[in-house]
This record gives sequence, structure tokens and C-alpha cells, in this order.
Amino acid sequence: MNSTLIDGLFVFMLAGFIGFEVIKRVSPLLHTPLMSLTNALDAIAVVGAIVLVGEHKSQLSFVLGVLAVIAATSNVVGGFLITDRMLKMFKSSRPTKP
Amino acid sequence: MTDFAGNQTIIEIVYVVASILFILSLKWLSAPTTARRGVLAGEIGMVLAIGGTLLHHGIVDYKWIVIALVIGSGIGVPLGLVHMTAVPQRTALSHAFGAFCVTLVGTSEFYLRTPNVPKFMMSVLCMEVILASLTFTGSLMAAGKLQEVLPQRPITYKGQNFVNLFFLAIAVAVAVYLVLHPEAKQLFPVVIVVPLIFGVLMIVPIGGADMPTVISLLNSYAGLSAAAMGFVLNSKLLIIAGALDGSSGFILSVIMSKAMNRSFTNVLFGAFGQVQAAASTGKEDKTVRSATAEEAAGILAAANKVVIVPGYGMAVAQAQHKVRELYDALTKKGVDVRFAIHPVAGRMPGHMNVLLAEADIPYDRLMEMDDINGEFPQTDVALVIGANDVTNPAARTDQSSPIFGMPILDVDKARTVMVIKRSMSPGFAGIDNPLYYLDRTLMLFGDAKAFVNSIVHELAGNAH
Repeated sequence: MNSTLIDGLFVFMLAGFIGFEVIKRVSPLLHTPLMSLTNALDAIAVVGAIVLVGEHKSQLSFVLGVLAVIAATSNVVGGFLITDRMLKMFKSSRPTKP
Repeated sequence: MTDFAGNQTIIEIVYVVASILFILSLKWLSAPTTARRGVLAGEIGMVLAIGGTLLHHGIVDYKWIVIALVIGSGIGVPLGLVHMTAVPQRTALSHAFGAFCVTLVGTSEFYLRTPNVPKFMMSVLCMEVILASLTFTGSLMAAGKLQEVLPQRPITYKGQNFVNLFFLAIAVAVAVYLVLHPEAKQLFPVVIVVPLIFGVLMIVPIGGADMPTVISLLNSYAGLSAAAMGFVLNSKLLIIAGALDGSSGFILSVIMSKAMNRSFTNVLFGAFGQVQAAASTGKEDKTVRSATAEEAAGILAAANKVVIVPGYGMAVAQAQHKVRELYDALTKKGVDVRFAIHPVAGRMPGHMNVLLAEADIPYDRLMEMDDINGEFPQTDVALVIGANDVTNPAARTDQSSPIFGMPILDVDKARTVMVIKRSMSPGFAGIDNPLYYLDRTLMLFGDAKAFVNSIVHELAGNAH
């Protein structure tokens, strides 16, 4: 039991470092899409909510789970949609090579 | 049983692939040329992860999962189609939704597991719920302020910090008690409700100018709460996504507070309104030079290098499309036009770039502060549209100024400075700007959109 928590801490630490190094390189030009994209990715919390709904262990967890799936799904769909809309608008003045 | 285990292995492998795709997604976002590929990678990762989760052996009821997914998508689509000026409040709202989801899942997990919750698990669970519920109300407040349904002015009162810290302390104390006595489930609502109140109180004293920092900070909290949820559910995918989101929000908060020359604690515990008292007054006797659109057009047409400095005032006036016309007209005349973007221009990190990109201004014309500042001395005209404090030279020279030390765009070093402004009234932070009284500065009084429009007309007239 304890070892899974330690595993989790290792994963958290490594992912934190990767996040720091990768995101540091994101151009300030794209900081708004960055935030909406990470927000969409963060909505992966939906998987925890889906399990709650599907397992139906108690009435409370079922109802809260349904609400949680709705909230997270709206972030997934809305987040990816607006990120792509924003990125589509960024055009270079130089002719782009395909 | 072996079948279940087989399924579980498949799910875990799918999660590993999704994690790789999430990291690649952020990596590809580093440049505009690969960024859309990044979104695609994120989408594929998300679909895989959700698909994999549906294989989970404990799931007995698919009907309500599908219903919830459909309703959520129905809410998500309009939220993905908002106008670009509304992106900051949409982002704040989505932080609230994310935190809402995490709060609900954390609450369910507590009631499913109590009273057999190991100490470490309980600490993480409490951290998850506290962070998520304060992020929920805090983000709703931020969204309300950005949407202007709530007053944007900071609301402060004596002892405010003490009251706020008191609420936070109660939540932490009860959380500690719950860790030691996990059977005391009647206390659990306290670690939800008290942070909910704290979230509201935390945002009350924060003014509109600090929104970019606050949004980034809430982004970070949302990520950390999701990572904590990953610990509770033992989901490494969730820990990774939460850590990525958390570090992204953290980096952005640091960049934003540096750009405002303020520390985190200063943003959260010292409302900007209090600093205003220090702003010096009594400069009304100074003279300013103003110019007409015709004169401005003449100077711009004769220039070789023009740098446009857009601020949020430009976006409020919806002038970005007119600014694009000005960019086109000047570029056609062979003038080199670039845009200088201060990190806190706009209402969230990078917002100004999105607004200008929406108006079809090529992104390679958008320059960051550090890249453009060295070039102002060689610039013929710096045209300031709806920006104020980020161009205030007092930040460099006047130690008594409340914004002293804040990095600014050195527009005062350009050969000619033009400032489009409604009137001489001081800006958002109520600080006077010595830039307006320089000999080389021409004030162009009027509405940003209308004035840029008349400059464009004058330029078109000159061409004939």
C-alpha cells in the first residue's frame, strides 16, 4: 500500500520536472493556448469520475460522479476546441513550407 | 479473474500511451508551426484514456456515463466557441469546472472509504478537496470579475488578510484532525465549505490588473488538486496530467508576477488599490502636445520603422481589426511595422497575441518585450494604443512611483511617440504617466477604433 504512494510521488516528481522543462520552452506568443490546452488535459480527471458513475457503489457517489463527468467533459471538449481555434489564427507573414 | 487482470493491463498500457501523447502535446506547443499537431496529440491521448477507462472491470452501468458525456460535450461546445476577448473568463470558468469535478470525486471517495482511510491517503484527500474547492469558488469569482458581472475594483477592509488566513487555518486544522481521526466523518463537510468561502474572500481584494497572475495561480492550484486526486485513485496518468498543469500554471504565475514586479504574496495579500495612495499628483500644470489624425498619418507615412504598442484598451475598443488595416496600409508603403507585446498586456498570459492573431496580424511581427526594447532608439514612431502603465518611464526612474521596478516597454526612447488615448485621465492603476509630457510625445485624443480608422483614411488619401 505504502509503496504505491511512493511510486506516485516518484511519478509526480518526474512529471513535474518534465512539465517545467517542456513548458519553459513554450513561446510567450502561445501562453493563452498553453493554458487552455493544459486545462483540457487536466480534465483527464474525467476518468476517475467515469469509474465512480460506472461502479455505482452508492447513490451519493453515483450522483456526484455524473455531475463530475459533465463538468470535466465540458472542459475536454471546450478546451481542445478553443485551443485549436486560437492556434488556427496564428499565421506567419513569410510563405509557409508545407 | 484472469480476464479482469488482462483488462487491467490493457488499461494501464493505454494510460502510458496517453501520458506520452500528453507530454508530446505540450512539447509541440512550443512553436506556432507545430502547435496544432500538439492539440491533435492531446485529443488522441484523451480519447484513448477515456476509451481505456470504459474497459474497467468494475463498471456495471454505461447508460449514465454516456448521458453525462453527451451533456458535458453539449456544454463544452459553446464554451469552445466564445469570442476571443472572452477567453480569459472562459479559462477561469473552466478552472472552476475542473476544480468542481475534483471536489466531487474527492468527496465521493471519502464517503466510500471512511472510516478505513490510512493517514497518508487522508492527508492527500484533504489536500485535494481543500485545493479544489477554493479553486472552484476563486475561479468563479475571477470569471465574474472578468465578465464584469462582479465589481472589478478591489474590495478591501481592515484585517482582511487576518480574516482570510483564519479561514484557511480552520480548514487546515480540521484536515489535520481528520487525518488523525478518519472516523469523524461529520467533520468532512468543513474541509469543503470553509475553503469554498476562502476562495471567494481570496479574490475579493484582487483588482483587474492582477488578473493575469491570479488566473495563472488558479491554473496551478487546479493542476495540483488533480494530481492529488491521482494519488487518491492511484492513477499515474492523473498524477502526470496534474503535475504538467500545475507546473504550467506555476511558470506562468512567476512570469506574470515578474512582469508586474510583484511577489506572489504581494498579489494575494496586498490589493493593488492600497498602493494608489502613494501615486504622486499635481502634475496638471505640465503641457502636452496633441495632433490630429492627418498629422499623425503624415508622420507615420514618412517613417521607416514603426512599433505599435497595443494594450487592453485597444481590445476593449475592438480596434484590433482597424489596427490590422493600419498595419496593411503602412506595410504597403514600405514601412517596417512591428508590435511590442508586454507580458501583462491583456487579461491573461498571452491574450494580446491571440487578439492580434485573430485580426490576421502575422505572429512573426509580434515581439516580446525583451526582444524589442533594444530597438526603440532606432524606431521612428512608437504608437501606443490603449496601453498606459506598461509604457510609464517612471517605472525606471522614479523611486517613489508605485510601479517603480516594473519592467516596461521603453517607448520613450523612440524618436517620436504617439499615444492614442481618450483623455488625460490616469490609467487602470491611477498612476500618472510622465511619457505624455515629453517633447517628443504627441497625444492623439479620441476613441482608439475611430482614431486608427481616420489615420487609415488619411493614409489612403495620401496615396492618390
